[in-house]
Amino acid sequence: MQRRLKIGVLYSRVRVEEKWIFGAMEKRGIDYDRLDDRAIHFDLNDPQPWQQYDAVLERSISYNSGLYALRLLNAFGVPTVNTASVAEICGDKLMTSAAFARDGVPQPHNATAFTPEAALEAIEAFGYPVVLKPVVGSWGRLLAKVNDRDAAEAVLEHKSTLGSVQHSVFYIQEYIEKPGRDIRAIVIGERVLTAMYRKSEHWITNTARGGEGELCPITPEIEELCLRAAKSVGGGVLAVDLVEHPEKGLVVNEINHTMEFHTMQPVSGIDIAGEIVEYVMSVAREYVP
Amino acid sequence: MSTVTCPECEAQIKLEAGTEVGEILVCSDCGVDLEVTALEPAAVQLAPMEEEDWGE
Repeated sequence: MQRRLKIGVLYSRVRVEEKWIFGAMEKRGIDYDRLDDRAIHFDLNDPQPWQQYDAVLERSISYNSGLYALRLLNAFGVPTVNTASVAEICGDKLMTSAAFARDGVPQPHNATAFTPEAALEAIEAFGYPVVLKPVVGSWGRLLAKVNDRDAAEAVLEHKSTLGSVQHSVFYIQEYIEKPGRDIRAIVIGERVLTAMYRKSEHWITNTARGGEGELCPITPEIEELCLRAAKSVGGGVLAVDLVEHPEKGLVVNEINHTMEFHTMQPVSGIDIAGEIVEYVMSVAREYVP
Repeated sequence: MSTVTCPECEAQIKLEAGTEVGEILVCSDCGVDLEVTALEPAAVQLAPMEEEDWGE
């Protein structure tokens, strides 16, 4: 008989998603530890305390803490959901775009430059408006819609002067006239679990920014595109954000690797937390010697 | 049911049954984020609203 599996859940704050995940673990009688990323430490000479876990689910709110924890856990041979490689790609918009470009996943037109002067040249080549995004960032923060050259010069100067070194990687994206909404789909493993329209009058449609959710039917096109995008970044438990481009049709805007689903779970009626837990268990079983 | 005082606005906040340590509450009066740091007795402290690398 197979021994009882031990799971770790790495988290920073008990948001409603973590409460649902803990609840799903307990409902299934799973042996798990709650690992607060503000309290743990990793001793590189002593991986054993970590190697007791058959899998670790990463739910850190801090991208850096989550990413480094995943790198260490994977280095110790501990399977994680998601893997460090997936977090590296999804946490960085430029790495995501590079993966999509490699695999031919349709995406908005993007450009990157490393100095304000080169960025301005790239922006002028795009034509206005354009959107400037930080390569690392979430919840729709610090996105800038740039309508003309004056604004471009101002935003670029502010970013290079006031921003961290990461803000000097200028990620430029075409501005998409989307129909007041975008689409978020949850992909777990090889399945598109559910999808939701996120509606907002504002050009930033994140529900974290006040966008509202409404169920979106999973068409064959959405399904195929989401699975391709998820595979391109390495797969796992992912939220794929799609935009309806007026000329190109559906394009993949970004993928989140530690997604929130407090809007999605009630809107869809699907037990997303339970599905995540089942997936973590399947990963754990896969690696049991 | 335990009651805690919001450190920001001194509102009295009742903790629901099933509240867990580490859980984030929003003060119904001033809207600030509070983290539950203990249950017996119940205690909360101001939780940072947002930091640079936070997200999903």
